[in-house]
Amino acid sequence: MNDFLQIPMLQVLPFGKDIGWALLLIPLLPLAGFLLLGLFGRKHIKNSSGIIGTSLLLVSTVLSLYTAYGYFFEYGKVNGVYQKLIPLQYTWLQFSPGLSIDMGIILDPISVMMLVVVSFISLMVHIYSLAYMKGEDRFPTYYAFLGLFTFSMLGLVMASNIFQMYIFWELVGISSFLLIGYYYDRPSAVAACKKAFIVTRFADLGFLIGILILSFYAGTLDFNTLIQRLTSSSAPEFQTAVASSFLGVSALTWALVLVFIGGAGKSAMFPLHVWLPDAMEGPTPVSALIHAATMVVAGVFLVARLFPVFSMSPPALQVVSYVGVISALFAAVIACTQTDIKRVLAYSTISQIGFMMFSLGVSGSGGENGLGFTASMFHLFTHAMFKALLFLGAGAVIHFIHSNEMKDMGGLRKYLPITHITFLIACLAISGVPPFAGFFSKEEILLAAYHHNAIIYWIALITSGLTAFYMFRLYFSIFWNKEAPSPLERAGGEVHGEGGFAMMMPLVLLAVGAAVAGFIPFGNFVSSDGKLLESAFHLQFSIAPVALGLAGIFAAMWLYKKQNNKPDAIAASLNGFYKAAYHKFYMDELYLFITKKILFNLIGRPAAWFDKNVVDGMVNMTGNTTQAISEKIKGFQSGKVQQYAIYFLAGVIGLAVLFIYIWK
Amino acid sequence: MLNDFLILMKSELVITFIIFLLLFIKVGKGMKNESLLSLLQFLLLANFIAGFFFNETGSLFGGLFTTNALIAFQKSILSLGVYLISLLFADWLKKSEHMPEFFILMLSALLGMFFMISSGSLLMFFLSLELSTIPVAAMTNFDLEKKISSEASMKMILSSAFSSGILLFGISLMYGATGTISFAEMPAMLDGSPLQILAFIFLFTAFAFKLSIVPFHLWTADVYEGAPIAVSSFLSVISKGSIAFILLTALYKVFAPMHELWYNMVVLLSIATMIIGNLFALRQQNIKRFLAYSSIAQVGFILVGISGNSIAGTSSVVYFVLIYVFSNLAAFGVAGAISQQTGKERINDYKGLYQTNPFISWVLALALFSLAGIPPTAGFFGKLFLITAGASNGNYFFITVAALNLIVSLYYYLRVIRAVFMDKNEQPIEKINLHPSTKLGMIICGAGIVLVGLLSWVYDYITALTM
Repeated sequence: MNDFLQIPMLQVLPFGKDIGWALLLIPLLPLAGFLLLGLFGRKHIKNSSGIIGTSLLLVSTVLSLYTAYGYFFEYGKVNGVYQKLIPLQYTWLQFSPGLSIDMGIILDPISVMMLVVVSFISLMVHIYSLAYMKGEDRFPTYYAFLGLFTFSMLGLVMASNIFQMYIFWELVGISSFLLIGYYYDRPSAVAACKKAFIVTRFADLGFLIGILILSFYAGTLDFNTLIQRLTSSSAPEFQTAVASSFLGVSALTWALVLVFIGGAGKSAMFPLHVWLPDAMEGPTPVSALIHAATMVVAGVFLVARLFPVFSMSPPALQVVSYVGVISALFAAVIACTQTDIKRVLAYSTISQIGFMMFSLGVSGSGGENGLGFTASMFHLFTHAMFKALLFLGAGAVIHFIHSNEMKDMGGLRKYLPITHITFLIACLAISGVPPFAGFFSKEEILLAAYHHNAIIYWIALITSGLTAFYMFRLYFSIFWNKEAPSPLERAGGEVHGEGGFAMMMPLVLLAVGAAVAGFIPFGNFVSSDGKLLESAFHLQFSIAPVALGLAGIFAAMWLYKKQNNKPDAIAASLNGFYKAAYHKFYMDELYLFITKKILFNLIGRPAAWFDKNVVDGMVNMTGNTTQAISEKIKGFQSGKVQQYAIYFLAGVIGLAVLFIYIWK
Repeated sequence: MLNDFLILMKSELVITFIIFLLLFIKVGKGMKNESLLSLLQFLLLANFIAGFFFNETGSLFGGLFTTNALIAFQKSILSLGVYLISLLFADWLKKSEHMPEFFILMLSALLGMFFMISSGSLLMFFLSLELSTIPVAAMTNFDLEKKISSEASMKMILSSAFSSGILLFGISLMYGATGTISFAEMPAMLDGSPLQILAFIFLFTAFAFKLSIVPFHLWTADVYEGAPIAVSSFLSVISKGSIAFILLTALYKVFAPMHELWYNMVVLLSIATMIIGNLFALRQQNIKRFLAYSSIAQVGFILVGISGNSIAGTSSVVYFVLIYVFSNLAAFGVAGAISQQTGKERINDYKGLYQTNPFISWVLALALFSLAGIPPTAGFFGKLFLITAGASNGNYFFITVAALNLIVSLYYYLRVIRAVFMDKNEQPIEKINLHPSTKLGMIICGAGIVLVGLLSWVYDYITALTM
C-alpha cells in the first residue's frame, strides 16, 4: 500500500499557496457539465440544463479571474519578469527516460489572458443562448457540446506540453464539428461541418508532422524545455536543427512552417480559410464563441506559444507575416461584397486574425522589438470582445427578422434599440475609431508593421480602411437604409422583442468591454519576454489610419444610409472585380476542381482499384486460406480423451526428440 | 517465528479461514444462499483489499514457501478475479443447492494457487498444483443434472492425471539429475545434459497442459463447453493466471541456466498456440468454445511476453494477466447472464442483442475490444507491452508472426461485435434482468478495462514491484 501512496500523481509546486486544484477545476467544471448534460440531459434535466451549464461555467469564470488577478498582481512577477509557472505536472506516458508525454498546466501571461477571454466569452454565450436557443428540441445537447468545447479550449490554452496541446486542439476541432452540424437535419449544415472538419484535419496533419520534427530535434515535448533548447544558439539541439536541412531549408524552419500550417487551418488563414464562412451554418451564439472569439484564434495562440522558437527562424516568420497580411486584405475585399450578415462577419474575422498573424510575423523578440507580439495579443483580446458582440448582435437581428440576408433588413434601430447601440459600439471599435478598444490594439499592430516592413504596413493600412467600410456597410444596411415594415406586417406575424434580459445582458457587458478594453496598459502584462513594455502613443502616427477609417465610414454612410442605387452602380462599374469578390475569388470552385478532378481521378480512383483488387484480394486470400486450414485440422478435436492423451504424449516426445537430438 | 508465519502466510491463512467458516456454516444451521453470498462477496473483497497491506519478503519451512511484494500482488490479482466471479455469477450461484460447497472447492483451488505461486521447491509445487486442479474438476461437474458437465469433469480429471504422471516422472528425473528439489539450489546444478533436458521438458509440459499450450490444449474446449460458465471463467482466467505467474519464476529463476533451450521452446510453442488457437476460434459457434479458443490464443501472447526474459517480461505478463482478468471475466459474465436466463449460447443467438440489452452489449463490446487489443482499451496496452518485451530479444520473425495473429484475431472478435450491434434479428434475446451484484461486477470490469490502460502508474507500479 505504501508503494501506491508514493507514486507522485500530481506535483503541486510551492507557491506559498496552493492554486493547483483551483486551476484544475477551471477546465474540469465545463467537462463535468458536458458529461452531466450529455448523459442525463435529454431525459432527466431537460429544462434546467441551460442553467446547470451556465452556473458551472460561471464558477469556472470566477476561478479564471481569480487566477488572473493572482498571477498578474501577486505571484506571477519575480524581479519584474513574468514567470512561466507549471503548477501541475503529471507524467502520463513515459516512453524512455528522456521522453515522456506529460499532462500539465502552464501559467504565463498569454495563457492566463486566454483563460480569461475564453471563460468570459463562453459565459456570455452560455447566458445569451438561454434565450436564443430556448425551445430547441436538443437544448441539453447544445449545452453539453458548449461544455465540451469550453473544456477543450481551456485545456488547449493551459497545455504545458505540445502533445497535450495537440490532443486538445483535436478536441476543439471535434466540438466545433459537432456544433456547426448542430442542425443536422439541414444538408447545408452537414456539408459545412464536414468541410470544416476535413480542412482543419488536413492542416492538422502539418501540425502533427511539425510536432514530430520539433520533438525529434529538441528531444522533448515540454514547451519550456523545448523553447529553452531550441532558442539558445549554443545548445546542441538547436545546432543540429539548424544544420540539417531539406530542400535547402533548415529543419527548424520546416518544423515551424508545418506547425504554422496547423495554426493557419484552425485560424482560417488564406488559402485554408474556406471552411469558416460555411461554418456560419451553426447556431449564431456558437459562431460568436468558436468562430469569432476563441477557437479560430488558436492558431495565433499557437504561434505565440512557440514565438521564441519562431523568432529564431526569420524565414518562418516571413511566412507567418505574408500569409497573415494576404488573408487580411483578401478577406476584407470579399467582406465588402457579401450580403449574408454572418458571412460578412466571418470574412471580417479572417481579416482580423490576419492582422494578429502578421503582427506576430513582424515582431522581434524582447524589448522594444517585441511590440508586434504584445500588439497581436492585445488585438486578440479586444477582438474577442467586439467580434463576439457583433455576432451576438447579429444573432439578435436574425432572431427578430428570421433571415440572414441584408435585403430583408433595414431600419431596425427603432425595434432593436439596445442591439443597435451595442452594435454601433462594436463597429466603431473594429474600425479603429478612438477611443474604442480596437483603435489601441490596431494602432500598435500598424506601428509594429511600420517599423518592420513597409509593404506590410501599407497593405495593412488599406485593409483597416476597408474594415471600416464593410463594417459600416453592414451597420447601415441593418439599422438604417430603408424603413422597416412594422413588425405586425411581417410575414409569419410572430412578434419578438429584443429577446429579453438573457440576450441583452451579454450585449451590454461586451459593449462595455469593447468600449474600454483599449485603456488596459497591455504591455505591462503581456510581452514577448515577460518584462514590462511601455506602449508609447504617437499622435501623428495615428492620423493616417484614423482618417482612412473615417473615410471608410463616410463612404459607407453615403452609399448605404438611405436606400438608393449607388451601390449597384458602383458594383456594375467594377463588374469583373466585383463579381470575383462576390464569388469569394472562386476559392471554393478551385478546391472543388482540385479535389474532384485531380485528386479523385488521378489518385483516388487508382488507389480504390488497388485497394479493391490487390489489398482486399490479399486479405480475402488470407481469410480463405485460414478457413480452409481450419477446416482441415478440425479432426484433431475429436472429443475422445484417449486421443487427447496420445497427442499429449506425442507432443512430449516430439519436444524431447527435437531439443535433445536435433535443435541443440 | 509465529509472527513471521502469520504475516508471510497471511493470504493463505485468510482463505483457509474462509473455507473453515463455510464448513461451519454448512455443518451448522446453514444460511440462506442470498445472505451467504453477500457475506462471501464481502469477505472476498476484504481479502482483496487486505492483500495490499503488510507485504514482506521472506521464506518459511526451510525455503518451501517464499513470498515477496510481487508475489503478493499476483495473489491480489487472483483474489480480485475470484471476487469478480462471485459478483458476476451471483444469479447462478444463488440458485445452486450446493453453493457453500462450490465456494469451498473454488477457495481450495485458490489456496492451492497461492501456495503454488509461493512454492520454493518442486515438491511444494507438485502438491499445490494438485490442490489447485482437483477441486476444479469437481467444480466442473457442478451442473449436476447435465451429462455434458459430468463428461467434461471426467475428461479434465483424466487428462490432468495423465499430465501429473508425466510431471511426477519429470520431478524424479530432475531430482536424479541434480540431487535437489529446491528452487534455490537447482540453478547451480543445471548443466544442460540430455537427462536434464528431458526432465525439464516433462516439467514444462505440466505448465503447458494447464496453460492450454498447443499441443497440450485439447481438453480445453470440451471442458469449457461442458462446465458451468462460472467454472469455465475460473479455469480460463484464475487458473491460467496463476500458472503464468509460477512459470515466470520457474523459467526466469530456476531454469535460468537453460535459457537458450527454453527460449526456443517458448517461441515454437507460442507460435503454434497463437495460430492453432486463432484458427479454431474462427470457426466456433458456441460462445463458450469461442472464448476457450480465444483464451488459448491469448496464452500464446503471454508466451511472447515470457520469451522476453527480462524485468519487462515479468511486469508485462503480470500487467496483461490483470487486464485479462477484467476483459475475459466481463465477456464470460455477459455470456453467463444470457445463458442463465435464456439458455442461449450460440453466437448467432446474439444477433440484435443491442436492440434489447444495450448495457450488456456495451460491456461485451468493451471486453472483446480489449481482448482483441484495440486502443484505447487496456488490452491494447497489455499486448503492446507483451510484444515490446518479446521484441527485446531481436527475434523479429517471431514478433511479426505475433502481430499477424493479432490481426487474424481481430476478425473473430469483431464478428461477435457485428452480430451484437449490426445484424438484424426478428427475435433478439429478450431483456435480461441482471442481478445487482452482476451489474456491479460488469461495471468494475468495464472500468478496469478502460482505466488500467489509461492510468500509466499501474504499469509503473508493477514494474516497481518487479525490480
